[in-house]
Amino acid sequence: MKKENTDTSDWGTRTNKRTIHLAYWTTAWVVTMALATFGPKFLWHSNELLTLLAILINLGLGIGMIVANIQHLKVLDEMMQKIQLEAMGLSLGIGVVCGLSYSLLDTTNLISSDAEISYLVILMSLTYLVGIFTGHRRYR
Amino acid sequence: MKNRLKVLRAERDWTQAELATALEVSRQTVNAIETDKYDPSLPLAFKISRLFGKTIEDIFQDEETS
Repeated sequence: MKKENTDTSDWGTRTNKRTIHLAYWTTAWVVTMALATFGPKFLWHSNELLTLLAILINLGLGIGMIVANIQHLKVLDEMMQKIQLEAMGLSLGIGVVCGLSYSLLDTTNLISSDAEISYLVILMSLTYLVGIFTGHRRYR
Repeated sequence: MKNRLKVLRAERDWTQAELATALEVSRQTVNAIETDKYDPSLPLAFKISRLFGKTIEDIFQDEETS
């Protein structure tokens, strides 16, 4: 069976390569995020230069992760892109709406604790995972 | 939209994975098209028609007109 595309590497190999590439960038970003969070307290005892360096490295790797994610999305087939788009739309929508409501609860003092961005990140991550799961189920 | 992809694939004795490789999509996408859960874009429909040597109308039928 002849392939429709004339690219040197096949689509499956390219997709796997981009997925692994994204996993490396994400792992590096998560590790440096942990380093920048816990390093000042446990490793370098609040040395400002090292803290700034850790944050800048984390930021740089975060940008790399975004680029890797875009490259990963581009290599996916059209149905997988649709699933990703719907999951990201759901995650962004719920993140913005619930995040602002949560912020309002804080600024109007209806909740006693301060609004933490980590809760928003967890909510968006879980929503994204639910979106991916339901998207795959829908087209199964 | 209905399609004859499963029949055409069976006639050639291809697996979903083989067809997916030829079309450069995932096996899940081929399965979703065959079960009418996903309608392919026009470029992918043309790719399918070229692969099977048929016109798009031979493979895909609009349910409202058929």
